[in-house]
Amino acid sequence: MSETPEEPLGPRRVIGTPSPAPKAVDVPVEPDQPAFSAEPENTRHAKNAERIVAALFVLAFVAGCGFIAAYVGLEVGQSTISPGGNDVVAVLRSNVALGTTLAIALLALGAGSLIWVRHLTPNIEIEEERHDLASEPQDRKAFKREFAEGAAISQVTRRPIVRRTMLLATAPLALAPLVLLRDLGPLPQTDLRHTVWRKGLRAVTLGGLRPLRPADISTPGSLITVIPQGYQNDDNALAKAGVILIKFAPGELHVPTNYNGGTLVSTMNWTVDNIVAYSKICTHVGCPVALYEQTTHHILCPCHQSTFDAANGANVIFGPAARALPQLPLMIDSEGYIAAASDFTQPVGPSFWERG
Amino acid sequence: MSDDAVKIPPALDGVGGWLDDRFHGAKGVRVLLRKVFPDHWSFMLGEIALWSFVILLLTGTYLALFFVPSAAPVAYHGSYTKLDGITMSQAYQSTLNISFDIRGGLLVRQIHHWAALMFMVAIMAHMLRVFFTGAYRKPREINWLIGIGLFTLGMLEGLFGYSLPDDQLSGAGLRIFAGVLEGIPIVGTYMSFFLFGGEFPGTAVIPRMYILHVFLIPGIILALVAAHLFIMFHQKHTQMPMKGNTERNVVGQPFFPYFLLKGQAWFFFIFGALALLATFAQINPVWLYGPYTPLAISSASQPDFYMGILEGALRMMPAWEINFLGHTLSLSVLIPGLVIIGIFFTVAALWPFFEQWATGDKSIHNINDRPRNAPVRTGFGVAAVCWYLILLLEGANDVLANAFQIPLYTITWISRVAFFVVPIGAYFVTKRICLGLQRKDANMLTHGVEIGIIRQLPSGEFIEEERPLNEEERGVIDSRHVLEPLPAPEEVDENGVPSPAARGPLGIARRFANRAFTETIAVPDGHGAVEGNGHGEIEGGEHAAIGSHEEE
Repeated sequence: MSETPEEPLGPRRVIGTPSPAPKAVDVPVEPDQPAFSAEPENTRHAKNAERIVAALFVLAFVAGCGFIAAYVGLEVGQSTISPGGNDVVAVLRSNVALGTTLAIALLALGAGSLIWVRHLTPNIEIEEERHDLASEPQDRKAFKREFAEGAAISQVTRRPIVRRTMLLATAPLALAPLVLLRDLGPLPQTDLRHTVWRKGLRAVTLGGLRPLRPADISTPGSLITVIPQGYQNDDNALAKAGVILIKFAPGELHVPTNYNGGTLVSTMNWTVDNIVAYSKICTHVGCPVALYEQTTHHILCPCHQSTFDAANGANVIFGPAARALPQLPLMIDSEGYIAAASDFTQPVGPSFWERG
Repeated sequence: MSDDAVKIPPALDGVGGWLDDRFHGAKGVRVLLRKVFPDHWSFMLGEIALWSFVILLLTGTYLALFFVPSAAPVAYHGSYTKLDGITMSQAYQSTLNISFDIRGGLLVRQIHHWAALMFMVAIMAHMLRVFFTGAYRKPREINWLIGIGLFTLGMLEGLFGYSLPDDQLSGAGLRIFAGVLEGIPIVGTYMSFFLFGGEFPGTAVIPRMYILHVFLIPGIILALVAAHLFIMFHQKHTQMPMKGNTERNVVGQPFFPYFLLKGQAWFFFIFGALALLATFAQINPVWLYGPYTPLAISSASQPDFYMGILEGALRMMPAWEINFLGHTLSLSVLIPGLVIIGIFFTVAALWPFFEQWATGDKSIHNINDRPRNAPVRTGFGVAAVCWYLILLLEGANDVLANAFQIPLYTITWISRVAFFVVPIGAYFVTKRICLGLQRKDANMLTHGVEIGIIRQLPSGEFIEEERPLNEEERGVIDSRHVLEPLPAPEEVDENGVPSPAARGPLGIARRFANRAFTETIAVPDGHGAVEGNGHGEIEGGEHAAIGSHEEE
């Protein structure tokens, strides 16, 4: 094992004196003189290590070939696998074969490299001097002087009108990229305040697109998610207009007449046949509320666990949502189906600055 | 010395000569060959992040060949028959095709996702190592800031990445993202409308996230990684306190061949581990979630773990909304969505400068601190880790409630209290532990190490046998860099004006902070133990027999 030339680094340099010449440990002066021996300390040990490293690299080679073989041999996709074959099983098989061979190849390469460096190379440690990061005082001084000179020559300090007009000229150009972003989308305007619900628009089930009569809803029942009829393919409309219907046993529903400031937000008159409709969009950050506990009439948003009391105007009883779920006024249309009596009287979903 | 060991193959010689004729490379590259890299297991943590990033670039490029970043609806008729006939976006369809119809597609997709998690875990572990050893101190503050930038960008990159497949789970995540954006005062609705090209969900967001995810953000990350590495290279790596390591040297193995081989081994190990995970540990099975529809949701929806603190903060926050001059200020969204994470990153970014201000220590540090020797920093770091973990666990409160049969609301209340109490407790406990360890070190310096033998003297007295510290142990313990308390500020300067340091809340805060930072366990005089490497005069000559420490 070779030792580093144990040259003392010498006393700390006094600030301001020139930097000492590079130490021999940094840059060996004689490029022809080898500093280290490549001879292993223990020839037998090195020979063993060599065999193991070579064996691991051969293993990596074999596994790598296996990867290619698995790619060629194991088909996936319905158009290529044999009739009656299971696509998912084919993918699983291919994934395991490809992944295992790849992992073996990579890990064998890693292990080989590690044994190589740990057991084949002699353990050499060297020492390098750290040089001061700060420049010499005279260099700093020279830099300052030359910078000041350059600035003076450029006239930038002497002619403020040039400097200021140049800054002025770049200001709109710097703003231009932001201005260009303007057309990324329409302005919000009042879009967040309205949904597609309007008087007489029927509520249909989300799954079957079936209109509902009050008698179709059992009591005590779970919550039923309904959407405005005809909007099943309009994601933007659905993201705001999803509504949950809950039918209560007589006397269980205590929807108060709720005002939010001057705005009417829920009232007993908006229910039909003990069926109440609330927005499905959580007033916290907009997840669809989905979990309903029949015995307590609690609606839970699965995202952040805001909990609303369905029997009492969907007021918040726990969690981060600050406002009740807006109630949708209901009516029965001429054919006896449940429909909206109007749009929501307040914005649905998360709060926003302009909501007021 | 065998001769063949130093002979350069003619080919390399030729190439080297060819290159040197054109680029004058021999001199500079030669320095690189012998560049010293200090060795410590914890120095590999950042390297995990680096190699994970390389793997992310490789696998991401492959995925981009097949992924279609479009929200256009199509009816699915691919190999995964359970979704046959379902209308979905092209993004989701192409993700299914990558998973089921392209050989190796699933493997690469899963490697990509696991590598993203590995990237973020490694960044966190690396940052904790840098923090607790004080490796961010002068002259490395800029690299600390770059690291925080990389962490932030990594979160954003991950969010956009896992949102691209347009599955039910990630769509719910985007809905939350839009909701948080809308909660931002004044510009929030505009930001949301501009990102989504109108109302949520729209069709614009997927191609927009795609270009951010595959081009802009990785480009910035790549540039920052390059700067990070270059600065590290230029300033030379810190080293751990050990015998022979000083502030003025770097001890370790040369870049060529040691670091090259070790780096190669490490890259293959990480890639291999990710391949194993991708083979046997399923991640983000989007085919089980189904395509995104705005009104569906599943319980126990969790984002990737690095977004967990945002999720936890949103769940923890009690309802709070105020009307501000006729405008809605949704504090129950704003505080967890922006303020908490903002505090986290701002405090982390300012910490090196705060420490300099509080300690008055403006010197260069190349030897890392042992965490015990910086009790305030270590205590603060542990407090921050606790804070982070509480938020992360609260982000999975529904899973915890289910697994441990604890009521959901109870968990949320526990986390609300723990959020304030646990970090403070953790700080004081950690600080005491650090000081206790310092006391133990001081004891070892003055008395040596107990070797586990108790001897009875003829007088009947029992004594413990001790042996003096050896050079290696002394080198580690002696590394302590003792911070002197700042001199009490002059009440008035020579003109009779009260000095700025003495008055005002800042002056008082600084004195208070300085007292905390400089609290330490003194080593009895004469043992020369209080001086770190290269920080002053040699003391304790009469104890040279025990082993006077080495000064350069």
